[in-house]
Amino acid sequence: MSRSLVVPAIALLFTVIVLVDFVMGIGVLWYLYAVLQILMVPFELMTTATAPMVAVLGGWKWIVYLALLCVGGYGFRAVGQRLTKNRPFYRDMPFSVALGYVFAATLIVVVLLNYSRSFSTLGGMPDSYFFFRSALHFLVLSSVAAVLFRQFGCMVGTASTRKLFRQMPATASFGILIIICYAIAAIFAPMIAPHGQETIFPRANIIPLVPEAMGGDPAFPLGTDQIGRDILSRLIYGAQNTVGIAFVTTVLAFFLGVTGGFLAAVLRGWVDQVLSRLVDVLMAIPALIFSLLLITAASSLFSGTGLTWAMIVIIAVIDSTRVFRLSRAVGMNIVVMDYIEASRLRGEGVGYMIFREILPNATAPLLAEFGLRFCFVFLTIAALSFLGLGIQPPLADWGTMVKDLGQFVNYAAFLPQYAMLPLLPAGAIALLTVAVNFVVDWMLQRSSGLKE
Amino acid sequence: MHPVLRITLQRLALGVLTLVIVSFVIFAAVNLLPGDFAQAILGQGATPEAVEAIRNDIGLNDPFWIRYFDWLGALVSGDLGVSYSQMMFATGMGGEDIQLIPITEQIAPRFYNTMFLAGLTAIIAVPISLAVGVLAALYRGSAFDRIANITTLSSISSPEFFLAYVLTLFLAVQWQILPSLASVTPEMPLFERIYTALLPALTLTLVVTAHMMRMTRAAIINLLASPYIEMARLKGISPIQVIVKHALPNALAPIINVVALNLAYLVTGVVVVEVVFAYPGIGNLFVDAVRSRDIPVVQICCLIFASAYVLLNLTADILSILSNPRLRHPK
Amino acid sequence: MAKDSDFLVQMNDIYIEGRSDETWMPIINGVDLTLRRGEVLGLIGESGAGKSTLGLAAMGFCRDGVRISGGEVYFDGIDLLAAGASAKRNLLGKRIAYVAQSAAASFNPAHRLIDQHTEAPIRHGVMSRAESEKDGMELYQRLRLPNPDEIGFRYPHQVSGGQLQRAMTAMAMSCRPDLIIFDEPTTALDVTTQIEVLASIRDIVAQFNTAAIYITHDLAVVAQMADRIKVLLKGDEVEEADTRTMLTDPKEDYTKSLWAVRAFQRPQKPAVLSGATPVISVKNVTAAYGPVPVLNDVSFDIHEGRTVAVVGESGSGKSTAARCITGLLPPKQGSIEFEGQALPSDYRRRNRMQLRQAQMIYQMADTALNPRKTIGEIIGRPVQFYMGLTGAAKRKRVEELLDEIELPAHQYIDRLPSELSGGQKQRIGIARALAAEPKFIICDEVTSALDQLVAEGILRLLARLQDDLKLSYMFITHDLATVRSIADEVVVMKDGRVVEQGPKSEMFQPPHHAYTDLLLSSVPEMDPDWLTKLLAERGIENIGDAAVTKMS
Repeated sequence: MSRSLVVPAIALLFTVIVLVDFVMGIGVLWYLYAVLQILMVPFELMTTATAPMVAVLGGWKWIVYLALLCVGGYGFRAVGQRLTKNRPFYRDMPFSVALGYVFAATLIVVVLLNYSRSFSTLGGMPDSYFFFRSALHFLVLSSVAAVLFRQFGCMVGTASTRKLFRQMPATASFGILIIICYAIAAIFAPMIAPHGQETIFPRANIIPLVPEAMGGDPAFPLGTDQIGRDILSRLIYGAQNTVGIAFVTTVLAFFLGVTGGFLAAVLRGWVDQVLSRLVDVLMAIPALIFSLLLITAASSLFSGTGLTWAMIVIIAVIDSTRVFRLSRAVGMNIVVMDYIEASRLRGEGVGYMIFREILPNATAPLLAEFGLRFCFVFLTIAALSFLGLGIQPPLADWGTMVKDLGQFVNYAAFLPQYAMLPLLPAGAIALLTVAVNFVVDWMLQRSSGLKE
Repeated sequence: MHPVLRITLQRLALGVLTLVIVSFVIFAAVNLLPGDFAQAILGQGATPEAVEAIRNDIGLNDPFWIRYFDWLGALVSGDLGVSYSQMMFATGMGGEDIQLIPITEQIAPRFYNTMFLAGLTAIIAVPISLAVGVLAALYRGSAFDRIANITTLSSISSPEFFLAYVLTLFLAVQWQILPSLASVTPEMPLFERIYTALLPALTLTLVVTAHMMRMTRAAIINLLASPYIEMARLKGISPIQVIVKHALPNALAPIINVVALNLAYLVTGVVVVEVVFAYPGIGNLFVDAVRSRDIPVVQICCLIFASAYVLLNLTADILSILSNPRLRHPK
Repeated sequence: MAKDSDFLVQMNDIYIEGRSDETWMPIINGVDLTLRRGEVLGLIGESGAGKSTLGLAAMGFCRDGVRISGGEVYFDGIDLLAAGASAKRNLLGKRIAYVAQSAAASFNPAHRLIDQHTEAPIRHGVMSRAESEKDGMELYQRLRLPNPDEIGFRYPHQVSGGQLQRAMTAMAMSCRPDLIIFDEPTTALDVTTQIEVLASIRDIVAQFNTAAIYITHDLAVVAQMADRIKVLLKGDEVEEADTRTMLTDPKEDYTKSLWAVRAFQRPQKPAVLSGATPVISVKNVTAAYGPVPVLNDVSFDIHEGRTVAVVGESGSGKSTAARCITGLLPPKQGSIEFEGQALPSDYRRRNRMQLRQAQMIYQMADTALNPRKTIGEIIGRPVQFYMGLTGAAKRKRVEELLDEIELPAHQYIDRLPSELSGGQKQRIGIARALAAEPKFIICDEVTSALDQLVAEGILRLLARLQDDLKLSYMFITHDLATVRSIADEVVVMKDGRVVEQGPKSEMFQPPHHAYTDLLLSSVPEMDPDWLTKLLAERGIENIGDAAVTKMS
């Protein structure tokens, strides 16, 4: 039961981002190619090493495409104007917008064309459309899931939560859905995971998501790593370790930062000066670099799990500086309000002002900041683990898994499924941060949207 | 004195002060903690006498302040010291007469490589993100804006190594347009160098573009609510002109900040990306040094990253002062 | 559809809606508006009446989140609602111009005034840059801006508010439009500055025979400017008539009530006994924000049961005086005495009894009440803090206080401030001050953010409370009408000094100090000929900033 739910969910984890970043990446590449051609590089200078790029992007054909696009845009607008008898929509449409519509239509056609083509090559090996197809499936599935979840939210709960769901964009409901899934995976990891996170099986390097004939194994749907540990189980335990540690770190950072920030805002004077200058100094060093430095220092004192704890404290302290900045700014904005002046003149103490007057008015920005901070901490920890300096073994953790399995990307030329090995844990990280960011984005828009 | 000049000089002085404090923090972070680096150099089997000799040699027995000022003084005169791994190598060979390679020589080519990668990324990313940001602000609320929003949000949220592997998968493995390892060498011609470094540059571009585009969009939308923009529209100025003539000059300061902030962010991002693509830059060196606890190298790399960060922020600060009409034309 | 060529603007049965939360809420419900060439129409109404929205709709323009859902707008026979975006753009700036409320915010800080002035003529091909610059200087001259040849080459932040407003009028005139919409052009200005701007706007509109729609909430101002007046209330037209008829013979009750506001006036109280100890005594106070001096040797007394109005324009130091009394800004020299006893200068060194005695009511009720606390909590806190009441006793006291300010307790005690109207919020602010049972209350511009009818209610309430509770008020205001209605004594401030002080009856009788005289004479009156008479009497050089400059 558990596996049947988890497998498709995890299998499709990353693919939306794959698609989206893929499109962006290609755009960037074309732009760069154009710049190179126009600005500096005559063709003669290209060496044989660069031939593959020239072959694929091909001479000047993109200019022809661009010209076709322009003609298409112009025609689209003209036809629209003619057919609708100059409705304002077409009448006032700038050329660039018309171009945009045509470009979008072309893009959709190309995507559908490739999608249909992907099935014709299914039998052959290797299936170069595998990721494209998965991405599209995931995109469609997740949109459907998000919309269904939103419908569900509109029907249950109190009147206010229903209203919340009604006004929610699909991205935010997708984010909430994903966060719930992760929370369940993290909390119930030992129950969901089919195997232990450290159990080593005799058969290493089982390929994920392929039939047995091609080197897969239904008992290990996502395969095993180089020393024979079940990747699915490690992914699920990774939710517990990676997410849990990031969460603890963020809470700690928030405790430090918010306390300091509000104290600085209320007391001002030298308290504010001292705290702010201290934070200025700490923020003058980029966060990842600073944490690497401190971890170097800490590694002479601790090892293993002790080092993990040291890392938690280090990142919490470094991140609390950002929280301090924000909560001080938020606090300052509230402190200048007349009702704070009224309570000052009444003779209220610092505690009353922070907890009863300021904090209730700062929950919205602080909550949003918590989401963003969590993402940042989560990504920092993942990066550290990826560099081998974060969460220490034996704990299963996504960053470390990516590091260990990274080389398999290059085997995708033989069998695309190989690339799943590093992409699954990396995608698991990306999906959660994307989800949190979607929710935070919506929250921020809601609080600022009242003004617009 | 003209206020712009005065404020600029103030900021410059503040920047220098920050750099000194940062150097102190970096030095203190690794030197105040217990733990014997002489032992680390020699390994477990070393005799106490040998350890003591090394300690004296690299000055570990001096008081903390003296060591700091010695280090700072050497830094200013361009002497970055010798890495522990070189010393270990030397002690392994058993002689003082072996020529040690100073850190300066180790770092110089890598520094150039990292700057090259960051520069390449900036050249690709800055124009794209500004253009897309302005367009998204102009057509805010449209499908284009929403798709750009979702795309950039996903891009920002993803860890660099995820983007790196996705791009590798498609561009290097499946389509085979670009090489998957960015092993540039000093003798490569420029175009080939760009080509080789393109995959890491694209990865960084994705992250940085997304940031810059969102912040540009936000800065412009923020301005579009101002009464003077409404005034411009009510004067019959076309939407593009409104953005270019009325919004952009005022958005200059925030946009400069966005660009500088993201170039500063590149400093951090470059570490992970260099490791993924085995790019021979400072980030890679830094991570290796951290793993082997090679303190002199860690300190120097850290200082380079921090200086780049401080200097970029300083530049942004000064440029946005220069772009402020209130400061340029005092009453 | 009748497209009478006499009419420059014709708006028929206009409906406008605004987006709020999930639905479209009506802003304007079926208003007609016509304007002949060269005519000035005054559009008046309280905040939220939809007058700005209607004014913009006359240009065929809607702000974001607003739409015209029904009706027709013709400008010189052109159907603006059917016209394309580029057709409309060709009219805007060229034939229809706009003058915004805040000139300081409506000029682009990045460009010089003259560059913004010439933008529309160049864009519409009316004039070349050189011609337009020359014309701009001439317009500046006509609008009596100082240094007309040079002022255009400054950036907006280098020019004062009143001058910017005139420069904006010049900008609107740059293409010699047929119609100008003035959207509260003088609301943000001080009275002495306002009169100058009014005079020059009226002058130039008459010179070029431009039609105008003049939007304002100030009846006395519109009486000077408009040929006809249209009154709006919550998106509906109340009535329309030519200015004199409207002033002498309003038909509708609402209009009459607007006219009647200024009637409220308290009788002058008898003079204070010469030996009485004042409740609050400000003695030779000099104060500064850092190195910037704000108050210079300020002294005045406030006696029991009396209201002292502190009058002055922005920057005169009247709010700073209040900050010195409350102890938020310790004075550099001088002292504050409460019933003969000197108070510690810093509020942090005052004890609860001392803090309790001086309470404050703020201008913006929105920022004066914590949005996350219920009315009961807001009023209950000082009750508990100073009186030590808790539980049922506290609640009973809060209910009493709510009765005192004429809000039914059971209905309001559990509400949040955001659920209340502006006037109700201000009443809660009063109740919070009363809860401390003080002897002295500082009222900082308490009525200036409110509509006139609501403001009058607040003034009446404050007057009644004073009589019932023997309160002393320090009333900070820039509005002389408020002073007339509620003050017993008046203190006139300018540039951090007390210019003149004395009982109200004396202050409003000549002879005055020259500045008081200027201040008093600058307050617009309901008489449509007031401005004409004043200009004839004093001459154009003796009003506004020019007069102030002469004085010092």
